[in-house]
Amino acid sequence: MNDANPRRAFDAIVIGAGVVGACCAHYLIEAGLQVAIIDRGSVASGTTGAGEGNILVSDKGPGPELDLALLSRRLWFELIDVIGDRAELEPKGGVVIAHDGATLTRLREFAEVQRAAGVETHDVDPMQLRELEPHINPQIPGGVHYPQDMQTQPMLAAAHLIARGVQSGRLSRMTDTEVTEITRDESGRVTGVRTLSDVISAPIVVNAAGTWGGQVAALAGVDLPILPRRGFLLVTEPLPITVHHKVYAADYVANVASDSEGLETSAVIEGTRGGTILIGSSRERVGFDATLDWSIVQRLAAQAVEVFPMLAGVQLLRTYGGFRPYCPDHLPVVGADARVPGLMHACGHEGAGVGLAAATGYLIAQAVTGRPLDLSLEPFAPVRFDSTPERVGAHA
Amino acid sequence: MPEIIIDGRAVTVADGVTVAAALMSEGIRSWRTTRIAGNPRGVFCGMGVCFDCLVTLNGEPNVRACITPVEPGDVIDSQQGTGHDGGVS
Repeated sequence: MNDANPRRAFDAIVIGAGVVGACCAHYLIEAGLQVAIIDRGSVASGTTGAGEGNILVSDKGPGPELDLALLSRRLWFELIDVIGDRAELEPKGGVVIAHDGATLTRLREFAEVQRAAGVETHDVDPMQLRELEPHINPQIPGGVHYPQDMQTQPMLAAAHLIARGVQSGRLSRMTDTEVTEITRDESGRVTGVRTLSDVISAPIVVNAAGTWGGQVAALAGVDLPILPRRGFLLVTEPLPITVHHKVYAADYVANVASDSEGLETSAVIEGTRGGTILIGSSRERVGFDATLDWSIVQRLAAQAVEVFPMLAGVQLLRTYGGFRPYCPDHLPVVGADARVPGLMHACGHEGAGVGLAAATGYLIAQAVTGRPLDLSLEPFAPVRFDSTPERVGAHA
Repeated sequence: MPEIIIDGRAVTVADGVTVAAALMSEGIRSWRTTRIAGNPRGVFCGMGVCFDCLVTLNGEPNVRACITPVEPGDVIDSQQGTGHDGGVS
């Protein structure tokens, strides 16, 4: 549904109405800009609606992504102050478990390095594990508790952020609207977008198209190597609260960081406010093929039962899946595109888009308005993949 | 004609019916309450998709009444909330 807003000239256009686009729009209007958010589908119709709503620090080692995650986690609390409790933010903490002693040693070494980088971590033995998670398999030799991990319902977060912007009169929502071209003037500078039925002008275009960010970049004539990394999730029948944290196996971190195209699965189990339990996670690069693979469902279910034996007697209601926006170096693409003045990217966050969305929008707004950045965007620079950058202008 | 027990009451129902049909033939339209607001629920889609007609069958909660055939001796109990209020074992 589109707003009855006749305006066709804006200070900035955000392409993509997922959680990242919603955060970009939010911080841009907070900075005083008049903004349009455009999506070819509906709000949260892409990867935002296909994940678990992770806001994690536990799976990140020291480096730029962890810095972005720590900033983002803090900003998520600000966003929740703005939209209220409607996004089901749960600061529940994460518990990472190891299935054997060798894995536990590596997990604890990793946690120690994270601790030095500002992550709160607590080593837990089997008895402490059972205090955190009474139903957990008592054979599990130990793990690490990460109190800072959180979960939200990202579709609600995106929808309420966008609705609030629309109510403020500073955001125009244009859904079911496909951008066919990012228009540029003779000097190559962005002038706006062309849609199937309209021409909309703005000196800034933010590409928040997630897994489809490469296609949107191509509309401005530049390459971004973003590929879909497929994942499936299982949903159980609603239960009384039985899983209290986000509980996942230590091999999840290695799988996330892997460059393999082949199927990788690692157990991730967590409850939701609605009572259902979500079971993940799978990763594979098979293009945009959404066909459900039963062998993956079986594998995920078996891995979850290994961690929580009581799940063997619980029914699955359904499965869902989606496509993470995968970049070859597992870092998102955030910031001005030096090849096209006026074009900003905020995409390619792989499985961390919900968690990183707040900081991404915040830093994009700082970059657009020329304010000092709270965090350097250099590691996320769009041209880092480009061996022959055609630099037509300075950073915006 | 199978004899079954519905909420502690012995009844005889027609051959080959589903649990939902057995309940409705006894004049029962709702046999579950929702887990938060406690609203009554019975058959909605009638084809196994919506998970609204959940019932406790022979001690197992959350069985879809609309697609489960009645067996002689079945014990059908109406269900409150998740049906797991005694906790998950």
